Amino acid sequence: MSTPSSPIRGPVEAPRQIRTLKIDGFDVSGRAEQTILQVALEHEIDIPRLCHVEGLSAIGACRLCLVEIRATGRLVPACVTRIEEGMEVITDSKRIQKYRRSLLELLFAERNHICAVCVANGNCELQILAEELGMDHVRVPYLNPDVPVDASHKQLAVDHNRCILCTRCVRVCDEVEGAHTWDVEGRGVDARIITDMRQPWGDSGTCTNCGKCVELCPTGALFEKGTCVAELERREFLPYLTAMRRTEQ
Amino acid sequence: MRVDLQNPEPPTDDPRWRSVRTAMRRHGHQPNALIETLHAVQESFGYLEEEALQYVAAGLRVPPSKVYGVATFYHFFTLKPKGEHTCVVCTGTACYIKGAPEILEAIEQEFGVGPDQTGEDGKLSVLTARCFGSCGLAPAATFDGEVAGKLTPEQAVSRIRRLMDDDS
Repeated sequence: MSTPSSPIRGPVEAPRQIRTLKIDGFDVSGRAEQTILQVALEHEIDIPRLCHVEGLSAIGACRLCLVEIRATGRLVPACVTRIEEGMEVITDSKRIQKYRRSLLELLFAERNHICAVCVANGNCELQILAEELGMDHVRVPYLNPDVPVDASHKQLAVDHNRCILCTRCVRVCDEVEGAHTWDVEGRGVDARIITDMRQPWGDSGTCTNCGKCVELCPTGALFEKGTCVAELERREFLPYLTAMRRTEQ
Repeated sequence: MRVDLQNPEPPTDDPRWRSVRTAMRRHGHQPNALIETLHAVQESFGYLEEEALQYVAAGLRVPPSKVYGVATFYHFFTLKPKGEHTCVVCTGTACYIKGAPEILEAIEQEFGVGPDQTGEDGKLSVLTARCFGSCGLAPAATFDGEVAGKLTPEQAVSRIRRLMDDDS
């Protein structure tokens, strides 16, 4: 967490020092090097998040973990802000909810998130957050980008329509698996996750087929083949049962 | 045969690979020399072909996806060969208001090359840039590196026509 390139901001003092602060009015404490999100989770205060996963580096990309610092009124991402002595943190307010809903709306508008036909329907962190935060409308125009689905890998597939660029797959592939098959190409609205030289996933020379990226994908962008509704096969069982019954008699 | 991982062989015996190799060696084949090395490739080849990206990835021991990510992140790098002549039209705020879109449209109508494209005959590349820092000259464009300001669409077209006529 304290590598030179770490985006976590705030004073770094002697480790193992204890800081006391208030989160949502509760007195809590944590070690000086911990972030607001880590301390909050330890005290069972949940903060919405999409890009952060415990065990991977924090990047503060999705901005859903925005919390308010009482003294300044500033909104800071909880996953990359260190705790400070006497800090008062507000994790939920009308204002924060408004921002979080707007962020979700932008995520929904950027790609084609059509839950009804998605492999992750009902098991999607984006969908769950939208429900929890009461995001009932998207007030910005949908971009409806023309993005491909890459199903060249023998067991796994990537559907860019559902990708929110949280880069969990990029980080787990690099930091845990050590393969660094995934990365992000382009910038801004043209950014896409890619495997190796933007080649089909199935042709990737670095992919170890470990499936960690699929496990961590918060949406239905990365999925195991054979799990989507259209691929489900009905097994013919009645003819067998009747045949069995006939032989028994 | 032992393959030297730190110093892989260039993909072809093109002498231009030497400067790429030198750039990598100068930085001790450190991964953080990636952008510097890509500059060297672009300088000697004019663009970054996939072979070159693979070679740089192997030489610096950087994952291929990261090399591709960096190469596509920066507008300076181009993965396609450029045309013989390049026209960069500034589309910064001042130039935009003063008529950069009309200039781009006139160029497209005349030469059939849209913004950020290269003509099929490989003669002309039209690029856009966000602010040359010459807002006083708005609308501005460069023609093979030469800056021209206060352009009308007709002037821009005739400047390009002149560049192309010089060849023949």
